[in-house]
Amino acid sequence: MIERLKELLRYRQLILTLVSRELKARYRGTVLGFFWSFFNPLLLMIVYTIVFGFIVGGARVSGFENNKLMYSLFLFNGILPWTWFSSSLLESSNVLMVHGAMIKKIKFPIEVLPIMVVLTNMVHFILSIPILVLFFVIFGKGLTLWVLFLPVSLAVQFVFTLGLSFLISSLTVHFRDIKDILTNLITLWFFATPIIYSYKSVPRALQVVLDFNPMTHLIESYHFMFFYGSLPHWKRMSVTVVAGLFFFFLGYLIFDKLRDTFVEEV
Amino acid sequence: MHSVEVKNVFKFYKKYAEKHKFLTIKSAMVNKTLFSDLKASERFEALKGISFQLETGKTLGIIGENGSGKSTLLKILAGISKPTYGEIITQGRISALIELGAGFHPEISGRENIFINGIILGLSRKQIQDKYKEIVDFAELEEFIDHPVKSYSSGMYMRLGFSIAINVSPDILLIDEVLAVGDASFVPKCLDKINEFRRNGKTIIFVSHDLATVERICDEVIWLKNGKIEMRGYPKRVVDAYLEYVGHKDEKRSQVRHEEEEKTAADNREKRWGSKEIEIKNVRMFDARGVEKYLFDAKESLVFEFDVLAKQTEDDFVFGIGIYNSEGTLCYGSNTLLEEFASRSISGTGKVRVVIPSFQLINGTYFLDVAVHKRDGYPFDYHHFQYTFKVISPSRDVGISRVPHRWEFSDNIRLDKNEDL
Repeated sequence: MIERLKELLRYRQLILTLVSRELKARYRGTVLGFFWSFFNPLLLMIVYTIVFGFIVGGARVSGFENNKLMYSLFLFNGILPWTWFSSSLLESSNVLMVHGAMIKKIKFPIEVLPIMVVLTNMVHFILSIPILVLFFVIFGKGLTLWVLFLPVSLAVQFVFTLGLSFLISSLTVHFRDIKDILTNLITLWFFATPIIYSYKSVPRALQVVLDFNPMTHLIESYHFMFFYGSLPHWKRMSVTVVAGLFFFFLGYLIFDKLRDTFVEEV
Repeated sequence: MHSVEVKNVFKFYKKYAEKHKFLTIKSAMVNKTLFSDLKASERFEALKGISFQLETGKTLGIIGENGSGKSTLLKILAGISKPTYGEIITQGRISALIELGAGFHPEISGRENIFINGIILGLSRKQIQDKYKEIVDFAELEEFIDHPVKSYSSGMYMRLGFSIAINVSPDILLIDEVLAVGDASFVPKCLDKINEFRRNGKTIIFVSHDLATVERICDEVIWLKNGKIEMRGYPKRVVDAYLEYVGHKDEKRSQVRHEEEEKTAADNREKRWGSKEIEIKNVRMFDARGVEKYLFDAKESLVFEFDVLAKQTEDDFVFGIGIYNSEGTLCYGSNTLLEEFASRSISGTGKVRVVIPSFQLINGTYFLDVAVHKRDGYPFDYHHFQYTFKVISPSRDVGISRVPHRWEFSDNIRLDKNEDL
């Protein structure tokens, strides 16, 4: 397995090319082009701000009292990395089938496909960070040097997401139902992660439950870096690191075991 | 030295039990059968013990009917799928022309696709840069190279795919039926390129239904039948044996069809007319040995035979036949009047035979007309387009009928003759 992963390094040019192809192809033919990767979370943020800031009263629940601008910023801070995560998983459930023709006709390491999905979405996320920073400036909220912690969070999230991506993409080939389950599961997971509310505003008993969710600590780390301007909680973060490595190896193991069946099943 | 070594390769495809389709991942996990469910309950044996070696620089053709395992074998050689048992050893870079442009992304330009496809096929960016012009020139796509690939015609798509695959400078080239989709002017160009590869000592494995091309470009041919090597050897010999086998199968099939056609034809007034004072019945075809058949080798002799029934004695009658090709062109027609027979009398039932010792027809399906009429053309019984027969010929000449001929060359012109033709 380690050998295989090493071999994968030799294919980095292929991976990079596929990622840039995806980036180019995704918004080709749209008027706004790349800006969609930032508009989408922005629109989502506006929707949630309206719903939870004005209608349901989430802003108060989250501990933002009536400061709706700050609430929007907090939302945006969490939605961007979440979008990377959720889009990656949803696309992974399809990626082997979408590229079925390629798998059937060309010899190449198939794992580059889930890697491509996660990386492409990561690039979208990274490209949206300057816009997040811009919003902090506009809203008059300062940033601290803790932002430099960003690469660590990126790396942890990448490993965790990729592990799940391996798992989902390979299993979906055999169980097409996963795609439907996943859509709903991700919605549930979204609400079980402190994105539209803050971790602190949750009752202690519920916090324990949230602690079992690796995404909690990951999204929290972005909150710490940007919104709170402090050091991410590295002890809690280590839960995600362990979970990330676990899922990465499990996912790759299963992917590798099922590899030879893809040609016949996609 | 051998470029390709195939050792006792088996390939089984799984056929899952019906229940598998209704399983969800949850029930699989609950029952702890996640992996055991992925095991097949039944299997389809696509390849059953294939072994062969191919010397470097040789061109091997693989022929066989649909489902005989040709494409499976090629996919295994390309490393796309793995053999269930057995081993494959290859030397050098392999390029597989299995489905051209399989990795193309429709939304981006031809130029970008060249780079991506090249990288997928194992080239570096630099290598593609060096070959870029050659690829575009060969594909004849200079004008369109910056347009998205989705706007390409299927011919353009194929040309670009072929051009990339062939320009990755492989040591072993695997070709699967890809030339079938090319436009008429591009196929010869591809064949030229393939021949250039042969001259440069590259190893080629060529899968095709186009037996003529297989015969022309291959040094050796393997005939696969039901996942096994039925025959291997000199192209002409294997192709002929294969043709004969297919022909026999065809013969049986067309015999059945022939009977059905006769039934429906009987109801079809347009195909038969006349006063029936003399009637034609039971039109049959035989070969020289008297075996009734409807599929003939071009070299064989052929007999048309039909029964005639005259209701009363007649003295003015002419028998005629006509042979049409599938386009409806009359290839040959004649009758007893044209051949200066004078009719004397006919009564009761009789039999007429037309013996053709060697009919010079080319490959194809033909229709037979038979008729009996008066000298002035008054029809007694006319059967039009009611009977079909097929001719298979190893020659690939074209036209309506074969003109007997030979070639003569002056001494300064030299050609080699393939001794079997």
